[in-house]
Parts: sequence; C-alpha cells; structure tokens
Amino acid sequence: MNERIIGQVRRVNGPVIEAMGIGDARMLELVKVGESGLIGEIIKLSGNGATIQVYEDTTGVAPLDNVYGTGRPLSLELGPGLLGTIYDGIQRPLDALLALSGRFIERGVSAEALDRTRLWAFEPRVAVGDEVSAGAVLGVVQETSRIEHRVCAPPGVSGRLVSVAPAGEYRVDETIAVVSGPDGERELSMMQRWPIREPRPVAQRKPLDIPLITGQRVIDTLFPLAKGGTVAIPGGFGTGKTMTQHAIAKWCDADIIVYIGCGERGNEMTDVLNEFPKLVDPRTGKSLMERTILIANTSNMPVSAREASVYTGVTLAEYYRDQGYHVAVMADSTSRWAEALRELSGRMEEMPAEEGFPAYLPTRIAEFYERAGYAETLSGADGSVTIIGAVSPPGGDFSEPVTQHTKRFVRCFWGLDRQLANARHYPAISWLDSYSEYLGDVRPWWEERVGPDWATAREEIMELLQKEVRLLQVVKLVGPDALPDSQRFVIEVCSMFKNAFLQQSAFDDVDRYSTVEKQLRMLLAIMAYWRRGQEAIKRGVTLHKLKRVKAVQDLVKMKFTIPNESPEEFDRLMARLERGIDQLEAIYA
Amino acid sequence: MRDEERRVLMSGREYVGAARIDGPLVFVRGTHPVGYRELVECVDADGNVRLGMVLDTSDDAVVVQVFEGTDGLTMPGTRTRFRGRPLTVGVSDRMLGRVFDGLGRPVDGGPAPLADDEPDVNGRPINPTAREYPRDFIQTGISVIDGMNTLIRGQKLPIFSGNGLPHNELAAQIARQAKLRGGATDFAVVFAAMGVKHDVARFFMRSFEETGALDNVALFLSLADAPSIERIITPRTALTLAEHLAYDRGLHVLVVMTDMSNYCESLREISTLRGEIPSRKGYPGYLYSDLAELYERSGMIRGVKGSITQLPILTMPNDDISHPIPDLSGYITEGQIVFEREMNGRGIYPPVAGLPSLSRLMKDGIGGGMTREDHPHLASQLFAAYSYVKDVRNLASVIGEEELTPLDHQYMEFGEFFERRFVNQRRDEDRTIEQTLDLGWEALKLLPAEELHRVTDEELDAYYHGNGQS
Ligand SMILES: Nc1ncnc2c1ncn2[C@@H]1O[C@H](COP(=O)(O)OP(=O)(O)O)[C@@H](O)[C@H]1O
Ligand SMILES: [Mg+2]
Repeated sequence: MNERIIGQVRRVNGPVIEAMGIGDARMLELVKVGESGLIGEIIKLSGNGATIQVYEDTTGVAPLDNVYGTGRPLSLELGPGLLGTIYDGIQRPLDALLALSGRFIERGVSAEALDRTRLWAFEPRVAVGDEVSAGAVLGVVQETSRIEHRVCAPPGVSGRLVSVAPAGEYRVDETIAVVSGPDGERELSMMQRWPIREPRPVAQRKPLDIPLITGQRVIDTLFPLAKGGTVAIPGGFGTGKTMTQHAIAKWCDADIIVYIGCGERGNEMTDVLNEFPKLVDPRTGKSLMERTILIANTSNMPVSAREASVYTGVTLAEYYRDQGYHVAVMADSTSRWAEALRELSGRMEEMPAEEGFPAYLPTRIAEFYERAGYAETLSGADGSVTIIGAVSPPGGDFSEPVTQHTKRFVRCFWGLDRQLANARHYPAISWLDSYSEYLGDVRPWWEERVGPDWATAREEIMELLQKEVRLLQVVKLVGPDALPDSQRFVIEVCSMFKNAFLQQSAFDDVDRYSTVEKQLRMLLAIMAYWRRGQEAIKRGVTLHKLKRVKAVQDLVKMKFTIPNESPEEFDRLMARLERGIDQLEAIYA
Repeated sequence: MRDEERRVLMSGREYVGAARIDGPLVFVRGTHPVGYRELVECVDADGNVRLGMVLDTSDDAVVVQVFEGTDGLTMPGTRTRFRGRPLTVGVSDRMLGRVFDGLGRPVDGGPAPLADDEPDVNGRPINPTAREYPRDFIQTGISVIDGMNTLIRGQKLPIFSGNGLPHNELAAQIARQAKLRGGATDFAVVFAAMGVKHDVARFFMRSFEETGALDNVALFLSLADAPSIERIITPRTALTLAEHLAYDRGLHVLVVMTDMSNYCESLREISTLRGEIPSRKGYPGYLYSDLAELYERSGMIRGVKGSITQLPILTMPNDDISHPIPDLSGYITEGQIVFEREMNGRGIYPPVAGLPSLSRLMKDGIGGGMTREDHPHLASQLFAAYSYVKDVRNLASVIGEEELTPLDHQYMEFGEFFERRFVNQRRDEDRTIEQTLDLGWEALKLLPAEELHRVTDEELDAYYHGNGQS
C-alpha cells in the first residue's frame, strides 16, 4: 500500500487525535498513526489541521508522531470467506488476531479480512465477448455447504469481457475476469472493496410484503416483521434484548445473518461462537454458522470501532443482498453506537443537543435504517436487508433521545417490558406497547400460505387483550369476585394466551421455534376455547369447572407437547376440548 | 529510533514548575512530546514522589491526573518526570496474604514482594474468540442465589445495595462459603476497597481470618481518607493481580470490589474539572465504557485453568436502580443481586428482592448433571408465583385481605413462606443446592398443582406429589 506522511499529531484526547501540518488529505481517508500504525479515519478537515478518530487504544501516542495517509476510505474486503467468520468493528478477523497476538488484543496488529492463501473453486457463468455491467454474476463459488457465493461485477464496472478464468481453484485476489470498458481494461478478482459509510446501489426498491419468519410467536403472529423491514427492540437491562436477537439469528428464515455485537459483552459473542456451529437450521439441515457473520466490538474494545461496527455489518449485509439473498442484520446495541458518537463528539468539543448527544444523531440513525430494504438487485434478482436494532435506554426510560429518534425511522417496535421480565415472562415483548406497521403488508402472505382465518383470529385476541386491561383495572379496585364469570373468562383466556402462546422458552427443544402452521393452530385452539367456553358459561357452567377440564389444562402445555412436525395432533386436542366442554354442559347446564 | 524508545530515553528529564493545578489535575507546559496515558512522577517540594497519568497531551500542554492527590503541591515547586510507559504494577502470587494501597504498594509494614511480571494496570481487551463460556456452578450456600440467581465461575455478578444494608455481610458470606461441587480447587480472593471506611476493611479481614483464608487473600485499600482520585486506579491494580493469578498461575480468583459508587464519583469529579460535556446526572458520557473496562476483566480463557469471578458491590444513591451507576453496571454485568430496604426492615437476610435480581449465566450452569434436573423449571415457577404474590399483595392493600379469593390466599401464604423460609437464612447458614431446591418445592406445595404451568408433569410427580403425600 502506498502510504505517505500527511501530517503530525498535535493533540491526543482518548480516541480523538488532532493532527497538524496537513497538506493533501481527504475527508474520511483511512490513516495510520505513529510507528505502530494505529488505524484511524479523518473525520474533520480545517485549514492545515485534521481530526482523526482512531480505532485502537491510543496509549503512548504523542505530539509530533507521524500520520500516514492510505489514499482510500475505510472499506471492507468483500468476497468468499466472510461466512462463519468473526470480525471486529473494522473487519479485522479475530481468529487471525488471536494467532498473532494471543488472548489479549494488542495494538497495531492487523490481518487481512479475507484469507489470501485459501483456494476457492470458481465456476464461471459468463464467457469472453459477453457484455457485462455492474451486478452481473461472473461466476459462483460454493462458499459454505448451504450458500453459493455469487461473484458479481462490482458497481461501476461495465463493458465486454476480454478474458474469463476457466473453472478451477483460485485465491480471492487472483484475476478471474478482464472487462474492457470505456475507461480501458479492468481486472476483476473474486474480491472487491467497498467503503462502509456508503450504501451499495440497487436497481430499484420494492414493496415489503413477505414476512421475515422468526419462529417467535409473539413476533410472527402479533407484531410481524417484513423482509427488508426495520424494527427496534428497546428494553432496560436484563429484559431480553440479546436473547431475542439470538433467537431470531438462530431461527429466522433469512438466508444470511450478520450479527453485530456493538459495545456489549464478550461472553455473549463467545456464546454465539460456541452454539451456532452446533445448531442445525430447521429449513436446510445445515449448521447455523454456515450462514452467519459475526462482528464483535465488545464494550471493552475501542469506542471508535464501535461507531464503525454497525456500518461494517450493514455493508456486509448489502453485499450478500446484491447476490440475491435475504439478509437479516442484528445490531446489539444501537445505543452503544449512539453513545460512541456522543463520546467522540464530546471529545471534539462539538455543541451537544439532547443529553449530550450531537445534533446529527437523528440523521445518523435515519441513514443507518435507510440501508434496509427489499430490492431488485443490479443483477435483476430479489434480495433484502432487514435491520433489527436493540436499543438500551438509560434507566429503561423510552422517552430518551435514542429510543425516540429510532422510533421515527423504524416501522416495527417490540417494546420490552420490565414487569414481564421480572415475572420471567419471556420474551418480555409487551403486547400493549408494541406495534408493527407491516401488518397489512404481510396479511395476504399469511392468508394465502398459512390460513385464511389468521387476521381475524389475531384481531380477536388483540381485542380481548385490550378488554382485559380494563377488566384488570376493575379487579384492582374491587377484587375479582365482583366480576361475573363471563367477564372473568376474558381474563382467564388472556392469561391462557399469555402462558400458552406468548411465553416461549428459548431453552426448550420443542418450544424454542414454532412454524407458522403451529402458531396459527395454537392461536385457533385458544380461540376455540374462548368461543366454546363462553357458550358453556352462558349455559350455566362455572368458570371453576371449565378450567378443570383436562383438555383445557393440556392447552397450556401444547407448545411443549405438540412438535412442529405433528400439526395433526391439534385436531385431536380440539376434538377433546369440544368433547370435554360438551360433557360439562351435559352435567351442569 | 522508534517513538516509544525515544520517549523512554526522555524519561530522565525533569520539568520544574506547573502551569496550573486544579483538583487532582496538574497542567505542565513546554515538555518534550509526551505520550497519551504515560506514567508520570510528580515530585513535591519535600522530594516525595506521587504517581500520575497523562489524560491529555498536545504540543501546548500536558494534563496529568495525580493519583495521590495534589495537596501541598505548589506551582513553582512541582517537578514532573514522564516515564515513557504506562502505569504498571508488579504482580506475583507472593502478594496473597498481604495488604496494599490502591497503587499496589504494601501498607502492612512488610517489604514489597518480588514481582514476577509487571503488566500495564489498564489491561487489554480479551479477544472474544479466546474466551471460554463460563458454565460451572458455584454453590454459595445461599438459597436465593443458588436457587434463583445462580453464580457461575467466571461471572461478574454485582450486589446492588443501599446505605446501611448488609451487602458486606453477604459478600463475605459468599467468599467464605463459595465452593464448586466435586471438591476443592485452587482459589484466591482479591479485595479492592474504594472510599470505604476502615471498619469495612477490618470486617472483611476478620471474616477471612476466621476461616483461615487470609493467606489466600490480597487486599488493595484505598479508604475513605485516601485521596479520592486513587480510587480510579485501585480496581485496575487489583484486577491486574487477579489476571496474573488466574491466567498465569491457574487460580480461581474471586474479586470483591467495594464500593463502585465511590469509584464512579471520582470519575465524575475529574470529568467535571476538565469541563467535559456530561451525560446523565453529571457523569461523563464514557462512564459505560470505563466501567466495561473493569467488568469485562472477568471470565475464563480457553486452555487456561484459572478464572476471574467478580462480585462488585455498589450502593444505589437513594436506592434508585435507575441511577446511572447501577443502570450502566446492570447493562454490562451478567446479572445483579438487588437488595430491598423493605425486606431488610422485616428482618429478612439476605434482603434480596426476588424479581429484579437476575443471573444471566444461570441458564447454562443449572439442570441435570450440574445442579438438579428440576432446577430450571423450579426457578422459573418460583419467579412466576412470587411475581403474582406481589400483585395479590397490592390488591389486598386496596380491597382488604379478607376479600381475596381462596386461591389468592394461598398465594399470600406462599409469599410468606418464600420470604421467611426460602430467602431468609442465617449469616452462617450454608445450604446445599438440594436443600435449597427442596425448600423451593415445599413453597410450591402451598399452591394447587394446576397453577404450576412452568414445571412438567414429571417434575410434579417427582417433587410435588412424590414427597407431598408423606
Ligand atoms: N426468551 C427467553 N427465554 C428464556 N430466558 C430469557 C429469554 N429472554 C431473556 N431471558 C433471560 O433474561 C436474561 C437477560 O436477557 P438478555 O437478553 O441478556 O437481556 P438484555 O440484552 O436486554 O440485557 C437472560 O440471561 C435469560 O436468563
Ligand atoms: Mg443484552
């Protein structure tokens, strides 16, 4: 790399360095600081001074240390070999760092993001003489046993192919095609670079009407997310943000997962690293790690790299979207990213807006979520990037700036509730505060693919839950005995719905993931209890007796007892329910 | 010559006079280029050396935070040396059984122990791929912890307490009783005191002494009468020794740090002096990252025998759990044991609030082969039932206890048993995990079986009906 001295350090204040004597340097240029070559990025230029945010610990950096320019922005290496890898916030592979510097991360170590020695079996999909443009699939590589990596012509390339490598094994940086275009010939390899802060282009955006199925009932049935959509999961500490993100990363029906651990715990990344290779994707039968890329910039790693990590993650996601894949990005937690912005802004002595956050916070949040979407790619395929962002409001108070601004830019909101978490009702997603604006968009999909009664049943239970709130207020004042059985039955059915349906154990082998069929069958079973129970009560059966029907008690445990593979067992359960209530009526009515 | 070598050579230079002294901060002008976070020696007029660290460096001035305070320093009389390297501390297993100040210098009258290594006190981030996920159950003998908020070896589990509550007693009891099932292991305790009174330090020493464990304990004391700035370095010194003992000597180290609130206050003090833009309640925006630098220095490492388990203690200002200190801690640590003043007032020890307490690592360390197969569901059921008790109590306070349904009465009884018999125990009572779990079932027997949705029918048969008939 041709590095040149572009100036000297003038001041060091944590991760922010002011440089002087700057002649030719570009905004957002990647720089190296001092002899240990700490990686940084120019974030401000004024006169002959520059402000640099450094992605590594700046201990020992002193005035007059040289600053070297690299002539390019902070970019990622994109190509086969990304899947199954764990990177830090600026795409340094942590495995390689482990080999280089041991169990602790040393400063100034660097390693290439894509392994240059590994050979990949490339199969061309084009021939000499073909006209190609950006996005064209030049060839394919089986990256993991489940993902075919489509090597596409990078944005900006167009022309006629003057050479194409024959099928065979190549390294990522070897030339596999030469394109002759208006600006002369250009050699292409399986690897390309892309700056992290710039969205990758698509042919056009498309409407979002396919749900991202997560296997989590409260999400899919009550507050569905669309492929290409955006959602925020706010919640105080310990309410289940990370567990929810993990559950989605494990079981959702995306093709690729990019999991960003942004300013959170090291052990949580270790947990994913241990668990994912062993878990099998219910749809493909392959290990989950084969579709996953991890970005780990934990809370004790440098704060600037935390700022970069979310862009790194979403750029990787766009790269796979461009190959025609559906990608889900989990960012845990976007609040740590916003706080990194605040810390850097504070060190640069910028004027703060709310709670010390810079005035450009909302713009940055909007830009980030704007990178989600369902698109027709440059190659004409469909692909999507879905963004699922955790938010960690201080004191669990949703009125703080990050939660509020995020709410403006996402269309789905899964609010975690402290009371539910305290009662160990997991996932602690509140059915009263949460919403999904994708509901209408995904409704046709559910009705066509799963069952025509989905939307009605869902509306019915949501109404009951609202009614329950009012009834519980009455109970709080006068006690449950004051209500007639018909009203207490509303509370009973809601409580059943919460226990039997909304609560879902991440640790139970059967319950951790529900197919859409199972979700609907469970919902319909509970609604059948509601209808049949109401009739029985009208005929004089007491609620007490109704609750003791064996089939009713079995409803509560159906999530554990009826596996995804045996939906027909629901028919039997429903029949027993009918019979049980019929018998009661015969005796008491 | 490399930048760093050059700076080490310059470390002999001494600069006379300070441009400004403000609280624990000393501003020096006209120096050679000084590195960020370099170790600094400030010499006062009497020739005493005080250690400090570079907080900000520029071609114009260097800002030094002096850990031993600036009392008595004069602008013309202060001489400063920049050591060209960060603050380090000499560490060795000979430090066990000894007492040090916050910077690691002996204060027990003995000589400084020979050091085997001299690492940077700031530590370095553990590569997440080097970590081993903690899953070994530690039996503390305390039911509300073992049963409901299980401690795992390598976990960071703070106690969120309040002034005057028995957090020291609980921490000492855990330190005394903690054991792995299946035998003794090489263990050590590293104790860091920040801004607490002498009697707190003495209480812990006596408690270690009584069990004959004092030889396995290293104490770092930066007590209430020491300069408050020293508290910033105390936990770092302690954790540096802990890392040496765990990762170089293979010991299982329990680190007790008290009181983290005092630590955070010192941090706020410096931030305010430097005129930084505060975030909540005047605490600096980097409080989260700073605390993470400490708390993340716990855990286990693949292929290494030792471990670091952290038990930080913090007093919640005004018993407010949403205050930035407990709040940010809770976001970093792997759970929290929360104390409740009302429980303490009713004479329940330990006064652990059932619902807001949490152990995040519990899920992988309990169950068959680790504690007992019924443990996960039992704990979940106890939480659910106890949470309902709170609702019933609220209801009772409005409509009167007599108006409650028979079922709600049963819940009231359950709540009473749970608090008085399960949570409450003697300060020297060491229960086995089986005793704890059996006691949990005894509590559940006060409720009808249909109410117990979170346990399986098999578990009901074995533990609810099984023993219940006798
Ligand atoms: N879906 C779930 N199933 C079971 N336990 C859960 C679930 N969600 C959260 N928990 C429990 O809550 C704890 C905290 O959850 P976590 O996701 O780490 O919280 P957050 O990221 O919001 O701080 C977990 O360690 C686990 O014990
Ligand atoms: Mg989390």
